[in-house]
Amino acid sequence: MVTVVVCTAVFLLTAGLLGYAIWRYRARPGNMVAKLRHMHGNPRLEAALIIGVTLLLLTIAIPNIRVLFAASEPPDVENALRVEVVGKQWWWKFSYPSFGVETANELHLPVGRAVVAELRTEDVIHSFWVPKLAGKMDLIPNKINHLWFQADKPGVYYGQCAEFCGSSHANMRLRVIVHTEAAFEDWIKSQQTVAEAPAEASAQEGVRVFQERCTACHTVAGTAANGKIGPNLTHVASRQTLAAGLLPNSPSNLQRWLQNPQAIKPGSLMPNLGLSEAEVNALTAYLQHLK
Amino acid sequence: MAIAHEVAQPRSRRYWWSRPTHTTGWLGWFTTVDHKRIGILYGITAFAFLIVGGVEALLIRLQLAGPDLHIVGAETYNQLFTMHATTMIFLAVMPMFAAFANYMIPLLIGARDVAFPRLNAFGYFTFLAGGILLNSSWFLGGASNAGWFAYANLTSRQFNPGFGVDFWILGLQILGISSTTGALNFFVTILNMRAPGMAMMRLPIFAWMMLITSVLILLAFPVITIALLLLLLDRMVGTTFFEVASGGMPILWQHLFWVFGHPEVYIIILPGMGVISEILPAFSRKPLFGYPLMVFSGAAIGFLGFTVWSHHMFTTGLGPMANAAFALTTMAIAVPTGIKIFNWIGTLWGGSIRLRVPMLYALGFISMFLIGGFSGIMHAAAAADTQQHDSYFVVAHFHYVMIGGALFALLAGMTYWFPKITGRMMSEARGRRIFWLFFGGFNLTFFPMHFLGLDGMPRRIYTYSAEMGWQFWNLAATIGAFVLAASLLLYIIELCRALRSGAPVGNDPWDARTLEWSTTSPPPVYNFERLPAVSSLDAFWEAKQGADTLSDMPEHEAGMHLPQPSYFPALCTLGILLGAYGLLYSGILAMVGLLLAVFSIYGWAFEGVGQEELV
Repeated sequence: MVTVVVCTAVFLLTAGLLGYAIWRYRARPGNMVAKLRHMHGNPRLEAALIIGVTLLLLTIAIPNIRVLFAASEPPDVENALRVEVVGKQWWWKFSYPSFGVETANELHLPVGRAVVAELRTEDVIHSFWVPKLAGKMDLIPNKINHLWFQADKPGVYYGQCAEFCGSSHANMRLRVIVHTEAAFEDWIKSQQTVAEAPAEASAQEGVRVFQERCTACHTVAGTAANGKIGPNLTHVASRQTLAAGLLPNSPSNLQRWLQNPQAIKPGSLMPNLGLSEAEVNALTAYLQHLK
Repeated sequence: MAIAHEVAQPRSRRYWWSRPTHTTGWLGWFTTVDHKRIGILYGITAFAFLIVGGVEALLIRLQLAGPDLHIVGAETYNQLFTMHATTMIFLAVMPMFAAFANYMIPLLIGARDVAFPRLNAFGYFTFLAGGILLNSSWFLGGASNAGWFAYANLTSRQFNPGFGVDFWILGLQILGISSTTGALNFFVTILNMRAPGMAMMRLPIFAWMMLITSVLILLAFPVITIALLLLLLDRMVGTTFFEVASGGMPILWQHLFWVFGHPEVYIIILPGMGVISEILPAFSRKPLFGYPLMVFSGAAIGFLGFTVWSHHMFTTGLGPMANAAFALTTMAIAVPTGIKIFNWIGTLWGGSIRLRVPMLYALGFISMFLIGGFSGIMHAAAAADTQQHDSYFVVAHFHYVMIGGALFALLAGMTYWFPKITGRMMSEARGRRIFWLFFGGFNLTFFPMHFLGLDGMPRRIYTYSAEMGWQFWNLAATIGAFVLAASLLLYIIELCRALRSGAPVGNDPWDARTLEWSTTSPPPVYNFERLPAVSSLDAFWEAKQGADTLSDMPEHEAGMHLPQPSYFPALCTLGILLGAYGLLYSGILAMVGLLLAVFSIYGWAFEGVGQEELV
């Protein structure tokens, strides 16, 4: 804040001085010849300006450096919630090591509790940015970064990747969903349980297609599917969005995605499997079941 | 009064390897070593690339005009923003300042040409070759899509299999040759070829800023050359400098890139400050306020420019200690920059200010650069910068420096020196209207980007969702971009009109201060009939006031010595260009290119001084 106030004040002062000089000393009758007083400079004035500018900068620098050190760690680091954030082209993997829960693109957090995110990438550089919660921090190969923040109000906060990471950099979005403490515990419990095998015939057909075509990349806990390349789909139906925050999670959007992922997210690493309409419908029925 | 000069008869037979004698026709331009013709070549080529980069910018703005548009695809968009930045920095703004430096520095310091005329031609041709190589990638499988900053490991073969990044690397290496030879040439020219009596503290301020810029280029470009070489080896030979799987460190690229990349900002802005510092005194009818401090603050900016690179990396997790150090060095740059701004105001103070078109651009420079400067100080606050970094706030900031600073200065310089270069005047009335259109279009394009950035819009995204609420200011910026483009087009049209039918002018239409205004417009091929000798800063101005500060040197007994044209700078460049294509497509072509380059270097070394001289 100090920075903005000082910068704005000095800007207005300097711009005002500039404007005044242009107006006051414009060429006009009576001022056709420059007054050559102080023509080559004024050492005292110049020295005063150097000292003045330096002092002004110190008024910005000191509070800024203080904030930098004060904000580098949360006040109560022992009780902070630890989450792991992994960036991949072009989606986010979130996991909670203390609860054994893994999800994608939607980070659920309790209100009023410090969170320490451990940031890693499995391919190129990404940057985790949820503007209303914290500044950004990069995810860099062969390096682990940390970012701490705390949400003080329940709600949904938008974020997205802030470091250019290839074709669909613009489509690597995320949401942070902040719950009350109790609602957060409920959410963790629901994520820890495994969906039962579906009863309807179409969804059962979907299980068959899934186990045949999708398990190399995706995990559904409680089944044989344990692929690690794509997002964990154990509770995919409980998410608000699909494809890293690009589409609202609805059956029709899910079908569009399954039919041609690259049409929605250019360059998406999920291949176009060439699924038949029947297969798409069966898969959709099954995935909708994974609440 | 023209003095008699004639071309002497050839003293001996001409052979096929004799130096060319063409002074007209396309072969004359191809073999010229005249700093003024090379300056014009630089200027025209850079303007052409400015149009290319501008069209790329308009496509970018069209794609972002509304949410979820599909005017260009994601992949094309990524190539467009990569090439827009690369083109504007390396092919438009830098060579335009090189154009002014080429044309003006020998005139400003009272010399007949630069120190190394053939190296000067070579610098132009390698600039042209680098531009051709870079832009040909559009038609040969796609341009680089990794951004002008090309962060590893997105540039690895694994994540970027096409040739785009290779074209970009080789193009930049060739442009590096151009910049380095150019800088070397200006450095030696300014130090060694000043008119008698022109001590360093009597050097025109534009020449001083080009001297400092040359030092920055000579120190910064080797770093990017090495970084590009490491990347090229990773991609072509399989080394692992930035390969993650083998333990390489992608973060190393960022350090190398910004050790070059931040001084590069000053390489672009210091010549602009020099141009402004020539124009303000001329149109205020007062000497530059605090000339020594202007010189030293330029040098201080250049020096400090090498100490701040990690402020581009505040979000990479360097830790609070490193961030604090780089925040402090960055803020320190505000001191010499502030001094410059106050001294410019001091130059206006007490003057008699004529608001002619060059002066309008110069005053536009100061006011727009103020905005860019203050948003820069806001970035220096490392904690706040984690929000602003890689957002549209940064896009706004650096366009206020690159356009609000550099391009305003270029248009100021262009309008100021146009009568000297062509002997004709651009229209004052049309110039004013174009200036205000340019000024308005620029601010309409880039001021809203401050709001977009503070509202959380990241850079380098080809699309955004309507629910983010970014469409209003994006549409405003797109409209502004077309106004800006229209004003530049009108400027070019007026330039062409004035070239054919502008009002003829004498030697010194602005009643200006420096030596180039003492010779004819346009200057003769030998620049000055008799070389000047000076005994003060602003010697020409003071002489016009009746002081005894400017005199003519006696004629040299051997007459004027002018450098002779040569085939070899262009031939050597052709070899380098063929070699670069050969590296990508064919070993045989690479060998041919290499042999041609080596042959040209030998030819260059042994062709002799030529058989004719102006006497």
